[in-house]
Amino acid sequence: MKVLVPVKRVLDYNVKPRVKADGTGVDLANVKMSMNPFDEIAIEEAVRLKEKGAATEIVVVTIGVAKAETDVLLTARAMGADRGILIQTDETVEPLAVAKLLAKVAEEEQPGLIILGKQAIDDDSNQTGQMLAALLGWAQGTFASKVEIAGDRVHVTREIDGGLETVDLKLPAIVTTDLRLNEPRYATLPNIMKAKTKPVAKKTVADYGVDITPRLTTLKVVEPAKRQAGIKVGSVDELVEKLKGMGVA
Amino acid sequence: MKTLVWVEHDNQSVKDATLSTVTAAAKLGDVHLLVAGKGVSGVAEAAAKIEGVGKVHVADDAAYEHFLAENVAPLIVQLMGDHDAVLFPATTTGKNVAPRVAAALDVMQISDILSVEGADTFTRPIYAGNAIATVQTSDKKLVLTVRGTAFDKAATTGGSGTVEAVAAAGDTGLSTFAGAEIAASERPELTSAKIIVSGGRALGSSEQFHALIDPLADKLGAAVGASRAAVDAGYAPNDYQVGQTGKIVAPMVYVAVGISGAIQHLAGMKDSKTIVAINKDEDAPIFQVADIGLVGDLFTLVPELTEKL
Ligand SMILES: Cc1cc2nc3c(=O)[nH]c(=O)nc-3n(C[C@H](O)[C@H](O)[C@H](O)COP(=O)(O)OP(=O)(O)OC[C@H]3O[C@@H](n4cnc5c(N)ncnc54)[C@H](O)[C@@H]3O)c2cc1C
Repeated sequence: MKVLVPVKRVLDYNVKPRVKADGTGVDLANVKMSMNPFDEIAIEEAVRLKEKGAATEIVVVTIGVAKAETDVLLTARAMGADRGILIQTDETVEPLAVAKLLAKVAEEEQPGLIILGKQAIDDDSNQTGQMLAALLGWAQGTFASKVEIAGDRVHVTREIDGGLETVDLKLPAIVTTDLRLNEPRYATLPNIMKAKTKPVAKKTVADYGVDITPRLTTLKVVEPAKRQAGIKVGSVDELVEKLKGMGVA
Repeated sequence: MKTLVWVEHDNQSVKDATLSTVTAAAKLGDVHLLVAGKGVSGVAEAAAKIEGVGKVHVADDAAYEHFLAENVAPLIVQLMGDHDAVLFPATTTGKNVAPRVAAALDVMQISDILSVEGADTFTRPIYAGNAIATVQTSDKKLVLTVRGTAFDKAATTGGSGTVEAVAAAGDTGLSTFAGAEIAASERPELTSAKIIVSGGRALGSSEQFHALIDPLADKLGAAVGASRAAVDAGYAPNDYQVGQTGKIVAPMVYVAVGISGAIQHLAGMKDSKTIVAINKDEDAPIFQVADIGLVGDLFTLVPELTEKL
């Protein structure tokens, strides 16, 4: 079974986002960009499926600027993906358009499973996997904390508001990863060197004939309201007093 | 505008998350509800009493019992022939189903809205809430998920909606429900609790987490939350996680015990009315958002606090 893993290049999770003074967005100039952490979990899961013999080939795909090739496709191949596809564009591509492009890639590649991160930590949309499932007419196992292939089905344990839920999906299917699915391995330097020899196909949006015109216009981006600085109390007694003053205790 | 609101329920009762979504929908126009589930006549009756509700569509069928997106989405798509907007609470169910509906309608969903600025304009958090974007859509129909903490809850009484059965759209057979582990708890639900006590990595073990956090929460009548580190380490179950990728809460009082205050955690709780932090590191980032801070060892301070309350 072939596994397709779409990944996104985002502001590194350790970097504090800064809103641009002109209110047009978040400043991404000269800051560290990395693979979306949930996508690393997706790659890791695919690699583990391959190690277990449940997957035969891992194809990683990203849609974005040229730099995504070195910032994320290389990392993904170093972690164990077999080959990459870069759909290069400088335009903003919204989740719906991403899903449409990925649906075309899926038609070409015919994977048995597509594993995506549940959300990207930049726009926090949490949409692409579900949209792709809709476009392909496939089953979806979102927010996965466990994935088990069983013949032509996949069992997915999902993190839901009340606890955990397990669904049994017909393959081919979509899985989106939650934090506790696995702990991704590091892309080691020797593996990064080796990964450079794994192929990357370079494509454009036009190759897929998808209209990616955005539906949304961002009118402005601002910083959230700041909290007032608080006080420190010196003892538990003082804290109890404060809580009582608020009517809490 | 005619809106359709997904009613969050467990086939027994309407969940609070529905109520803030109704408030958001009412800012756009007429509010219709959809109750999809199995054996849900009681839920539909209760939903019809929610303030401001016009019509309650009820799809009662085994295919909807577990809210599988594969089955529920076609039903909603069908109802969208007659509605201009569909709104879901940003719960795990809403987040699972909404995009499947949006893609089927060829609509770009707007996730986690914080406010309604106009018929096509909304604000929403990006980058873990470190920025707030105002976005305008050009789509003809709207698919929205609503952040519960950003809207008041509609009253559960006063409404007199009419209940109307809708034909089930059938079972797609793509997925089946295989089981669930839902923790039963006497405590209030995290997302609607007035007080929350959350524990972090510093608790050190599941035993200590429960030995320290639970009694304090019980004294305060509080719900219990946790940081990702505490959940990853197995001190607390996954549904306790507060943060960017967990639950978003805004209680009257949030007590953070042994939590450093990473941006991903703050994203889930910084709209709490009062934040109390107990941490041994006086420079911990949590103190930058805390209203009341107490510096010291939680293993002595928390039992003392529990006793003195
Ligand atoms: C993609 C992604 C998503 C994430 N989503 C979330 C999320 O939704 N929610 C979330 O919480 N995190 C999330 N995180 C993780 C986040 O970055 C932090 O790692 C996590 O919040 C840290 O948890 P913590 O504060 O419990 O642990 P730590 O950062 O280790 O903090 C422990 C704190 O306890 C204090 N302490 C230690 N011993 C004592 C003592 N005896 N008495 C008092 N204080 C003590 C320390 O001073 C320290 O401040 C996410 C990360 C990523 C990459």
